[in-house]
Amino acid sequence: MSAPPTSTSRLAHPGGHVVSPRVYVAVFLALCVLTVVTVVVNGYDFGPFNLIVALGVAITKASLVVLYFMHARYSPKLTGVVIASAVAFFVILLFLILTDYLSRPWPLTAGG
Amino acid sequence: MSSEPAALPTEHYLSGGWDLKSWLLTTDHKRIGILYLVSITLMFALGSFYAALVRWNLMVPDGSHMSADTYNKAFTGHGVIMVFFFLIPSIPATLGNFLIPLMIGAKDLAFPRINLLSWYIYVIGGALTLYALVTGGLDTGWTFYTPYSTVFAQSKVEIAAIGIFVAGFSSILTGLNFIVTIHKMRAPGMTWFRMPLFVWAHYATSIIQVLGTPVVAITILLVALERIVHLGFFDPNRGGDPILFQHLFWFYSHPAVYIMILPSMGVISEIVTCFSRKRIFGYSFIAMSSLAIAAIGFLVWAHHMFVTGMAVYSAMVFSALTYLVAVPSAIKTFNWTATLYRASVQWDTPMIYVFCFIGLFLIGGLTGLFLGNLGTDVHLTDTYFVVAHFHYIMVGGAIMGYLGGLHYWWPKITGRKYIEAWGKVSSLLVFVGFNLTFFPQFVLGYLGMPRRYYVYPEEFQVLNVLSTAGATILGFGYVFPFSYLTHSVFRGRPAGPNPWEAKGLEWTTTSPPPTENFHEVPIVTEDAYDYASPPREAERA
Amino acid sequence: MPEPGAHAGAASHPELRHHFESLDQQREASSLGMWVFIAQEVLFFGGLFATYTVYRSQYPDAFSAGSHHLNWRIGFLNTLVLIGSSLTMAMAVHSAAVGKSRRIVGFLLATVLLGSVFLGVKYFEYGEKIRPCLGDGPYTGCLVPGERFDASAVHLEGDVGRRVQIFFSLYFAMTGLHALHMIVGIPIILTIAALAGRGAYGPAYHTPVEIVGLYWHFVDIIWIFLFPLLYLIGAH
Repeated sequence: MSAPPTSTSRLAHPGGHVVSPRVYVAVFLALCVLTVVTVVVNGYDFGPFNLIVALGVAITKASLVVLYFMHARYSPKLTGVVIASAVAFFVILLFLILTDYLSRPWPLTAGG
Repeated sequence: MSSEPAALPTEHYLSGGWDLKSWLLTTDHKRIGILYLVSITLMFALGSFYAALVRWNLMVPDGSHMSADTYNKAFTGHGVIMVFFFLIPSIPATLGNFLIPLMIGAKDLAFPRINLLSWYIYVIGGALTLYALVTGGLDTGWTFYTPYSTVFAQSKVEIAAIGIFVAGFSSILTGLNFIVTIHKMRAPGMTWFRMPLFVWAHYATSIIQVLGTPVVAITILLVALERIVHLGFFDPNRGGDPILFQHLFWFYSHPAVYIMILPSMGVISEIVTCFSRKRIFGYSFIAMSSLAIAAIGFLVWAHHMFVTGMAVYSAMVFSALTYLVAVPSAIKTFNWTATLYRASVQWDTPMIYVFCFIGLFLIGGLTGLFLGNLGTDVHLTDTYFVVAHFHYIMVGGAIMGYLGGLHYWWPKITGRKYIEAWGKVSSLLVFVGFNLTFFPQFVLGYLGMPRRYYVYPEEFQVLNVLSTAGATILGFGYVFPFSYLTHSVFRGRPAGPNPWEAKGLEWTTTSPPPTENFHEVPIVTEDAYDYASPPREAERA
Repeated sequence: MPEPGAHAGAASHPELRHHFESLDQQREASSLGMWVFIAQEVLFFGGLFATYTVYRSQYPDAFSAGSHHLNWRIGFLNTLVLIGSSLTMAMAVHSAAVGKSRRIVGFLLATVLLGSVFLGVKYFEYGEKIRPCLGDGPYTGCLVPGERFDASAVHLEGDVGRRVQIFFSLYFAMTGLHALHMIVGIPIILTIAALAGRGAYGPAYHTPVEIVGLYWHFVDIIWIFLFPLLYLIGAH
């Protein structure tokens, strides 16, 4: 015998899963903290990893928005496939273009 | 086959009204398909006019028929219209719109109003581009290469770019609609692997439309902005790289050619199985190869750029990937051929176009291999060999499939039969005209005649004149279907629900179908192309 | 006549369109449609991000110099404002799902307010860079790429001075496109707010609020990447 529907369960809300406002506020606060982190890490020099660190923080923030604000965590698998495809093809665009620029033995302009 | 003469159903999607409002405010996917059919036919006529200008100029080697500037505008107009306003929308927006809900047992697409919006967006984009072509023309080539297009061209680049940008969103919305429809609107029992291959082909096409088109959209917007606001992304004087434009442009424009060919391959799969009276060979291989073509097609774009100054190591990567993308197309061709093996072939017009497609697409595809190879590409690139290669695929492949599909589903769309004899005659004209136009171009390219030049060495004249003669025959070949198909709408004999005795949900409803497609929601219990069992009892009006 | 959206629909629900079999199917289709639209937006912005990556990898000095000329404090505050607007948007969807109609309107209006603050700040930021370029010369401090661009304002000469224009082109193009997406979104949110005010949405049907929310969160995500990539190049 299953438990009676709680206020956030799918049975009580036929339109789909309901996320508690507490989760939203927690995500919001996390995003604010991560925004501060974004600025703080910029003050340090990680050498060749600078960009990776900055992007890592941004990707974490974006993931929180996608998973919780956009309900991807509670959405069907197909949603994940759509997101993954978009990201994958953007990465293909970036990566294959960079195979050109990173393997050119000459600088982009000879000046002027 | 029923022994009584067929009759038109009393009520169907066309009987509800013929006034302007019923057409311009329709959300019925069938009427929208016809709106697109009329629009793209007009665009095809205009693109053909530009082709005629090109071929007329090339009858003489000294370019005396028109100025170089006019010639540049002629081949650009031909390319822009044929690529963006004919080939890209052709099968998806006409046959796809009409048939996909019918084939999966749905009442309409997922978003009927967005479907109508996509047609209006297409018309607006077309109008803007036509305005640019008519008030001064475009001379950059359909490829808009920088810095000519951004800095030096004196033609209507911004307006044409914005027109193409707008039309791109029509394509994106069509793809979006198809993806959601195919995922969410299939009738009970219509599992993925019971879907017609035409639907699989459009699903793969839609993925390309959604993921590829936005990149060319932003790129062409940047070209317009560079001209208007002088941003400088592709300007070498400010450290910009023209080759970056080419990377961004071809990231879409290579997958775009798969947008143009995949739907046609879907049509071929439908026709070949029906007119062989045999279940298609290798259904799941054909279905999966459509997805493979869509995916791998995104990985090969720089094979258009081998000689531009991009890095050689990168070029090697793209060359290897280019050879990989040939494989799924080959798989389809093997499967169609295997379907024909020991088949009971019925030689109606749609099937004639299938044979045209298979042979000509084969030639076009194989010649792509010479171009994908770095060494031979140095000799062949930017020559008429390339022009012949892509016309064999686009005209010998895609358009043959389009014509075959139009003939096959014409009875379903209009409720009437066309005159079969005319179909056969026209297909012969098209086949002969096509080969006479484009085969000489392989030779010309190999011998070194560059493309997009308005003059050429005298020794190439004979082949050029043959090509122009072929184009004339091809032109007649296209005019005839336009005439007899239109004629059949008013005078053709009623076709009945299933004149070809084909399998598929679209053939179980009346011809033309009712507005809601089916009087009752169909329940699917058979696999696709179940030609072993006797024809299903067709639904009466 | 029952209030639309008040309870789960059989085929008789007034918001059920004729070509769908159930409200669930309709909602799933709408949601998938918006996600697919967002996927194409990823590639639309993606072209600009790819352009950015190529040129930043080739001209690190010019990008660093250009970035120092952007006010990161303003960018930081604007980022918090936009994240806040995502919170209010998520709360608007939640209010619809639990049937609190008036709160939907309140949260949507808060979203619009925060979005407008963001745009107001951007207007101010743009003005600072564009105003020196207007009128007759000298165009001291003009940071709009083109003939009037003042490379000395960025303390650069020669080649780097020419290349820093690409940074500013990207700045204007990327933040401009982003702002355009917000400008398009705000009237749509206001329309949804008006309909919510008339009781159009409830637990059984609030799809428009959900999908507008998806769009708005995506616009926020783009900014999450733009802020560090444009404002925070090189240690300050």
